[in-house]
Amino acid sequence: MDWINAIIQGILLGGLYALFAAGLSLIFGVMRLVNIAHGDFIVLAAFLGLSVTSVLGISPLLALFLVVPAMAGLGYVLQRGVLNQTLGDDILPPLLVTFGLSVIIQNGLLEIYSADPQKMSAGPIETASIALPGDLNIGVLPLVMFLVAVAVIAGLQWVFYRSALGRAFRAVSDKQDIAELMGLNKAHVFGLAMALSLAVVAIAGVFLGIRTSFDPSIGPGRLIFGFEAVIIGGLGNLWGTLIGGIILGVSQNIGAQINPGWQLLAGHIAFLFVLAVRPRGLFPRID
Amino acid sequence: MTTTTYSISRSSTVTRTAAVVGILIVAGLIAAPWWAGRADMRLLSEMFLYLSLACLWNLLAGYAGLVSVGQQAFVGFGGYMLFALAIFAGVSPIVAIPLAGLLGALVAVPVALLIFRLRGAYFAIGTWVIAEVFRLSFAQVSALGGGSGTSLPVAIVRGMASNRSMREATTYWLALGMAVLVLVVIYLLLRSRNGLALTAIRDSEVASESFGIDIWRHKFIVYIIAAGLTAMTGALIFLQKLRISPDAAFNVNDWTAFVIFIVVIGGIGTLEGPIIGVIVFFLLRETLSDLGTTYLLILGVVAIVVMLKAPKGLWGTLKERTGLELFPLSRRVVKNKSEK
Repeated sequence: MDWINAIIQGILLGGLYALFAAGLSLIFGVMRLVNIAHGDFIVLAAFLGLSVTSVLGISPLLALFLVVPAMAGLGYVLQRGVLNQTLGDDILPPLLVTFGLSVIIQNGLLEIYSADPQKMSAGPIETASIALPGDLNIGVLPLVMFLVAVAVIAGLQWVFYRSALGRAFRAVSDKQDIAELMGLNKAHVFGLAMALSLAVVAIAGVFLGIRTSFDPSIGPGRLIFGFEAVIIGGLGNLWGTLIGGIILGVSQNIGAQINPGWQLLAGHIAFLFVLAVRPRGLFPRID
Repeated sequence: MTTTTYSISRSSTVTRTAAVVGILIVAGLIAAPWWAGRADMRLLSEMFLYLSLACLWNLLAGYAGLVSVGQQAFVGFGGYMLFALAIFAGVSPIVAIPLAGLLGALVAVPVALLIFRLRGAYFAIGTWVIAEVFRLSFAQVSALGGGSGTSLPVAIVRGMASNRSMREATTYWLALGMAVLVLVVIYLLLRSRNGLALTAIRDSEVASESFGIDIWRHKFIVYIIAAGLTAMTGALIFLQKLRISPDAAFNVNDWTAFVIFIVVIGGIGTLEGPIIGVIVFFLLRETLSDLGTTYLLILGVVAIVVMLKAPKGLWGTLKERTGLELFPLSRRVVKNKSEK
């Protein structure tokens, strides 16, 4: 029974990992940018949520209505002000600039909030659970988070393939100069993509802050989980990313069930295994 | 009658002068135990080891196009191998350093086979995953102290040299030797056929492949060499610290972020860049380190500004304006005038 429980909890955890990954996958798809500071943005969103909940005294789930637009705005400004200048044939500038951003965010948070672990409380929903036959319990909150993750992925999928914005994303992704000839403003489209990415990051960060304790140093770890989910699922496939997140979550929980020290290691090994067997991921879409 | 002939030359007056000055500086540094204080020597050793890491990262990223953010995997691995060899096999630390390098190069082979499947920025994060796997794995080894780490036994430390000042001088010379070794290896590598291929790959992968250069093999060789030398440097770093733990050994900030900043500030893709970068980095650190986290904030901002405004770094910008080069690497046409 413990094993089945571990797998179910792993699947639910996988939803959160898919949220970590979706924003990463989105901006890579649109502008081939890998944001090394992605994990630190997740932690930044968690701290932002913490400040909003403690200042206004509202539930973290309500705080999302402030954190999401704030992070999206930050994303747009950052893309237009800094990151657009780094894009080009060379992968080094975006990588190093986002690496610098990662150091800045980590130490900025350390300065403001100190290194103490923090946690947000979502109230009674945190302990509520649904009893299933056979001594299994599913927490309401993890289930809600999983369903939100599925909804976010579905929403992104819709934006990408059914909306005018998605058409613009795909156009600049395919051929930047032709897209500009057709009247698209590349800089603006990239700004919107980063805004959307950080909006998803905001949801992921607030969920992370409700689920576990967090401190300024945990960002890089979250980046790695997101990255692994993207690669396991296959580049450019959002539903694949969700499955990648689930595989990662389940592997971690199975590892932890065997030995608590193996939790993270098991996830990394699952990733390396997929890389060895199917280097392009399980469901690749783009090269 | 005056005829003008042309010849291709690598060296120039500047490079010859630089070579002489360089040899004099190294000679002065070798003599440091007789003129420098204990604290100065520690600082210099640290600079040499950072120089070595920076040169190796520069070789990977600046010449082979392999942007790694996971070199701490090999720093930590080298450190742990030194401790393991010294504690379990009774190997003298001096012998254990090259052995750690060899083991680092060996372990890099399967690592490279796996992560070379990832391209560009995804390769970068892949190297980071490898470093995490190393960190978590060494945290599981209870014989080496598990997650809390272990110290180098006093008997082993005493066995290195008869007294404290001799021991300090030895670790200092080892650090200096490491930096010189790395500079010489990279210099010779860049002057060889391999170096020509690497320069071609750096300038255009497609064009160099069409000339029959096996890109994968050249990158692989560079990765293995860099891993081995990084592991040796790691062994030296932890021989100086005398204590190792997974979090210190596989620290991404200490062994990769700072190293990247050094190379970026100094000038990526040049042999001189890391030298300038290390000096600037340590000047900043020694003047600002009292500020704590603010210092790291400033460092991050400096790195971003340099990347945006002068992506070639301090040395690269200077080289572009003046054509100055201290190491004779590029070829230039020299005009010879002769009377007949």
